[in-house]
Amino acid sequence: MPSLKDLKNRIGSVRNTRKITKAMQMVAAAKLRRAQDAAEAARPYADRMAAVMAGLTSAAAGAEGAPRLLAGTGDDRRHLLVVLTSERGLAGGFNSSIVKLARQRAEELRGEGRDVTIMTVGKKAREQLRRDYSDRFVHHVDLSEVKRVGYENARSIADEILNRFAAGDYDVATLFYNRFESVISQVPTARQIIPAVVDDAAADGADAGGASGLYDYEPGEEAILAELLPRSIATQVFAALLENAASEQGARMTAMDNATRNAGDMIDRLTTQYNRSRQAAITKELIEIISGAEAL
Amino acid sequence: MADTMQFDLVSPERRLVSVAAREVRLPGTDGDLTAMPGHAATIVTLRPGMVTVVDGAGTATEFAVTGGFAEINGDSVSLLAERGHPRDEMTQDVFNEMMQEAHRTRQAAEARGDDAGAEVVASAVKLLADMQALGTHIGLDPNQSTVPD
Repeated sequence: MPSLKDLKNRIGSVRNTRKITKAMQMVAAAKLRRAQDAAEAARPYADRMAAVMAGLTSAAAGAEGAPRLLAGTGDDRRHLLVVLTSERGLAGGFNSSIVKLARQRAEELRGEGRDVTIMTVGKKAREQLRRDYSDRFVHHVDLSEVKRVGYENARSIADEILNRFAAGDYDVATLFYNRFESVISQVPTARQIIPAVVDDAAADGADAGGASGLYDYEPGEEAILAELLPRSIATQVFAALLENAASEQGARMTAMDNATRNAGDMIDRLTTQYNRSRQAAITKELIEIISGAEAL
Repeated sequence: MADTMQFDLVSPERRLVSVAAREVRLPGTDGDLTAMPGHAATIVTLRPGMVTVVDGAGTATEFAVTGGFAEINGDSVSLLAERGHPRDEMTQDVFNEMMQEAHRTRQAAEARGDDAGAEVVASAVKLLADMQALGTHIGLDPNQSTVPD
């Protein structure tokens, strides 16, 4: 049985914890808004880029001499997994769910006898994957100094991915990140970026909506495609980073909301216990006094 | 036919400009071109340079872009640029930064050497030259920027 003083201390410390989690929840809510705005603002560019790419790739895919970023190396033996996580924890299952998906994929590929290398963005992926895959790490991008992810960050990550592809380090590259569905739901997602996936549905939509087949290309289609492919990869990385940023704040908000509620429950429980022991102590004292008086 | 069309200048981070325009002059990779309402649907890549947008009242606004591409439809022009600045915002500092980036691109291309091929180096050199021309055109000194090591 903890003493009254112990109980009081514990209530105090849980109360402090609740203050902190409450504050973190509110900070996350504010940051979530900003992250959502950023994702919203980036959408026009990504959408246009995707539409143009869809038109171009569906025409060029399978054609002779298609760029390697689209056609692939003709092999799919060596895989690069790009795992995007956050720099900070205390965000519920946010980081673990991405890492879990990446780990699953890595095991699957290994089982098929393929070669897997891993590039991590954000400290958490590195920490969690270090034990099993530290010999497979090829690169790590540290974003802890970055307050707000910008296109520049995405481009340097994309450049790194592209340089390794140009050097022939791997055949297939896949991004792992959390897609932001809502504040309470973030879906871990794997997205293949190299070779580019030809999205038939989007291409059809573009054909029907914007008559993309009717465009003139200046310079030629191939030259434009060769220039746009690397950009499109940077755009996809950027989109993934933004989704991730929004998801992280969403996950943290939910986690901290739960933590705050748990702390509240715990305070209630401890307070009840405290009051009971206080009353017990008083009763005991009274009994002692009364029985002492009776004995006289 | 309408006398104006929708002009959008979009960067990866946000939509920078969205106005009605009578004509848009673009620095295409293969040469400058002007898009007016009813222009044939075209996708064109851009070199670094100035984009001029003339609105319905005939006022011209200029933007500096560092390349990208434009999608021209009969009734709209969407310009997707990695960086776009209104001319008044183009200070020597901004320009220096752009120049440095161009220098770095060239150095990276040269460092990769043979496996990159002459084309990549040539295009990086051209990028640098275009940037210099852009600076001179708007009265900024391209030689002020320090070449990174």
